[in-house]
Amino acid sequence: MKQRVEIVKRIMDSNEQLAQQNRQKLDQNQVFAINVMASPGAGKTTFILQTIKGLPENMRLGVIEGDTAPVTIDADKITAAGMPAVQINTGGDCHLDANMVGLAIDQLDLQDIDLLLIENVGNLICPAGFALGNHANILISSTPEGDDKPYKYPNIYRGIDVLIINKTDLLPHLDFNMDYFREGVEILNPGLKTFAVSAKTGEGFDQWLAWLEEKVSENQA
Amino acid sequence: MHELAVTESLLEIVLESARENHARRVTDITLTIGALSSIVDDSVQFYWDHISKDTIAEKAVLHFNRLPATLKCLNCDTKFMLTDELTPCPNCHSINLTILSGEEFQVDHIEIIKEEANNNETTS
Repeated sequence: MKQRVEIVKRIMDSNEQLAQQNRQKLDQNQVFAINVMASPGAGKTTFILQTIKGLPENMRLGVIEGDTAPVTIDADKITAAGMPAVQINTGGDCHLDANMVGLAIDQLDLQDIDLLLIENVGNLICPAGFALGNHANILISSTPEGDDKPYKYPNIYRGIDVLIINKTDLLPHLDFNMDYFREGVEILNPGLKTFAVSAKTGEGFDQWLAWLEEKVSENQA
Repeated sequence: MHELAVTESLLEIVLESARENHARRVTDITLTIGALSSIVDDSVQFYWDHISKDTIAEKAVLHFNRLPATLKCLNCDTKFMLTDELTPCPNCHSINLTILSGEEFQVDHIEIIKEEANNNETTS
């Protein structure tokens, strides 16, 4: 005989439980962690390198690099900059999840880290659905991608704490309507903290770095 | 792509619940998917057919309850449904909006066939 069993369970619950465990580990060690998301080519690695360059020398950093293939180009760039970096190869998967990040966190000496930068896989859809346990979600949207991205990828814009508009140095060459872009963002995430920067030239980084430094020191207070 | 990961989670939840309820087979699974959850039901079905093989939930039929996205304008209290495009409030054109529903992604219930009790089988 058939029987109906009520479940009513959110399918993402198990990932979220693991994300909470990651968060506990980070908090026990007073590590402030950010999850950097963007589409491929938006300038995530350049942005992270420019951020590392601008932060005070006494701030201790760690980096987790998510990649879909076993290439260590990005991780190599980061370790060349003198940072402990762990690379996660997702094996073709389109996003990092809490389990992968948990394994990477265990490879880092969290006691010696103040700020952990997690570079997610380049993708505007999948990473939005997977909590990692980090403190702030950052999206880098670069101007050559076009001003319609908030309208096409609403989910990722809704779950973020900071928006970086990158490659502002290219604006004179593009038909990028900043008002249209920002209106889409405002619908999805009213009052979102936004920094317009060029990771190539370093323009606009002062305010972003000030925000980040403040968060890191608040986390250690 | 992320449907593979979420389908694996789905299988885990279904099998756990089936075990707890002494199921011999799982025949039907009912899911609620909000329009804003960015889950493609065809993909979930595709992965399901593969990963449920050789489990008691193999060949279970997936039923999808699609929930539309409902938004409320915080300026004039108008409630409206989102179709394809992201739009401001149709009444006052404010972009100060909040989402009431559409983000759901959950298993609601499953239909199972129970294990038969060994000694006191009924013929009714």
